Amino acid sequence: MQPAGARSAGHTRERRELTRPMALKLGAVDNMKEQLKKRRRPGERVIIGSLFFAGAISIAVTVGILWELGKESLLFFTDEVVSVGQFFTSTVWQPQAENFGIWPLILGTMLITVIALFVAVPIGLASAIYLSEYASPRVRGFFKPLLEVLVGIPTVVFGFFAITFVTPILRDIFGTSVVGFFNVLSAGIVVGLLIVPLISSLAEDAMSAVPSSLRQAAYGLGASKLEVSLRVVVPAALSGIAAGIVIGMSRAVGETMVVTLAAGASPRNFNLGSDSVFGYILSPFEAAQTMTGYIAITASGDISYDTIDYNSIFAIGLTLFVITLGLNSLSRRIVKRFRQEYD
Amino acid sequence: MTSDTQREAVVAIPTDNGAPADNPVAAEHDDVDRTYEHDVNGVIRTSDMDVFYGDFRAVGNVSLSFAFNEITALIGPSGCGKSTVLRSLNRMNDLIPSARVDGEVFYHGEDIYDPEVDPVEIRRRIGMVFQKPNPFPKSIYDNVAWGVKINGFKGRKEAMDEVVEQALTEAALWDEVKDKLNDSGLSLSGGQQQRLCIARAIAIQPDVVLMDEPCSALDPIATLRIEELMIKLKQHYSIIIVTHNMQQAARVSDKTAFFNVELDATGQRTGYLVEYSPTDELFTRPRVQQTEDYITGRFG
Repeated sequence: MQPAGARSAGHTRERRELTRPMALKLGAVDNMKEQLKKRRRPGERVIIGSLFFAGAISIAVTVGILWELGKESLLFFTDEVVSVGQFFTSTVWQPQAENFGIWPLILGTMLITVIALFVAVPIGLASAIYLSEYASPRVRGFFKPLLEVLVGIPTVVFGFFAITFVTPILRDIFGTSVVGFFNVLSAGIVVGLLIVPLISSLAEDAMSAVPSSLRQAAYGLGASKLEVSLRVVVPAALSGIAAGIVIGMSRAVGETMVVTLAAGASPRNFNLGSDSVFGYILSPFEAAQTMTGYIAITASGDISYDTIDYNSIFAIGLTLFVITLGLNSLSRRIVKRFRQEYD
Repeated sequence: MTSDTQREAVVAIPTDNGAPADNPVAAEHDDVDRTYEHDVNGVIRTSDMDVFYGDFRAVGNVSLSFAFNEITALIGPSGCGKSTVLRSLNRMNDLIPSARVDGEVFYHGEDIYDPEVDPVEIRRRIGMVFQKPNPFPKSIYDNVAWGVKINGFKGRKEAMDEVVEQALTEAALWDEVKDKLNDSGLSLSGGQQQRLCIARAIAIQPDVVLMDEPCSALDPIATLRIEELMIKLKQHYSIIIVTHNMQQAARVSDKTAFFNVELDATGQRTGYLVEYSPTDELFTRPRVQQTEDYITGRFG
């Protein structure tokens, strides 16, 4: 047949034009075993080794931190003036009076984290929805880097922003007799602003990863843009969004500079029986020290090494480590559990 | 738009001003129960439609009339703009920022590209099934119920159950899924997913269903089931299908539009309508040489 003949003619011409690579031209068939022998590649081993070393460093650092925290915490807990029971149950933190109950510090951290999430989740989600679903490529190309610049601002700057800008506004609104100069609300709001870019960026990544075929399907059913965004894209990206929120939360728990500057340095000691829950214990207008705030102040203060006060920061550090580790593994679990597989 | 790229398509089906009595398409369907007045020119009619992506004219001068309760197939080689034409019929092209439609597309006599027209209303009436099955990552039940809900369904749970069952039954999927309505739609096989997408589309009771190569991702058995389903569905819906598969067009459609693509001097590929005829005529007695070349496999 004509076409078949033409095709095979083309084939042979092509084959003749092929030049073989040099290395393959060399050998005869008889020493094939030699030719096919495994070659040693020492350079490759060196590179693999150094890559492994680089990876191992981060693990080694984590192990080292845990070791140090554990060792010093042990010194703290074996001291006769504290007991593990007191540390995890008492609601008074007064190192001077040898009262070491961690709950006032956890309370401070929790209050600030909750306020921060109230600020960061709506703003972060809204900006992520805008960037992913509404912004034109030009607007997105402008806003996303801008948002990420926020991440690069030193947190001490945010701290000053809290005491020189947010706190005065809060005191104007609610009155100086209600809002203390150091208060949890101001610190929480600013920590919230601090983690907005994080949540927004992670949520936006999750929403952008939702296949456009799902959006098209929804549009094809007569959905409006808002319905597509809120009722298809956000639910489909929920695992990524939730993971982003948890990561933002763990960032808020660990945030130090803003809370040290704006929330004050007095632990909010409380008595569950006698103190008013909303008037004092959970009040956003009073000062409170956080776990990180106490560590920062104590570590940089004039307390001498190897005292019980000094050792207490390691016990707090260990608690903090466990909390953030828990939050991070929770976020991994969320991603794994609820991730939708699209092909 | 240069005049040398404008061609006259051979159209054996009147797209304009056919008097009702002479119009076999309308006459044939006088018995169909419809709540609105029959438009003699079909449910959708395009008139000199051009579709552009930016400056690029993807398809030009399309004048077609799609009849009620029939299956119309759009066939042609890759890049001939048949999918573009399909997506212009329910304003899905609006979602591509650079896309623009010139000319007119009439739906029951109304120009859907009139600035006063809400594209959401158009898509609610002219539904779509896509090339790759794209169920929502929700349960089978919710996949069908979703579109109904966003379109303002306020009924009780039992009423929704009924809507879902009816749509799944119509899409020939009910028997396979009735015991696992809460399973994810993504757990179904490809063919089942596509029927789920069809159920989802017809649950909101559209007028027209556009299908963009609905079987191209499916195996032959699943394809056959979808084809049987389409023939059943045309009692209630007007169906317009884009297909790569000429046998499929021949098997299911009542009318076929053949598109081709040409290169202009600058190397732009613009699709155009070559011939539009009743399917059996187009495949047995094509009026244009190009059509004959295509259907006999000489190109494309």
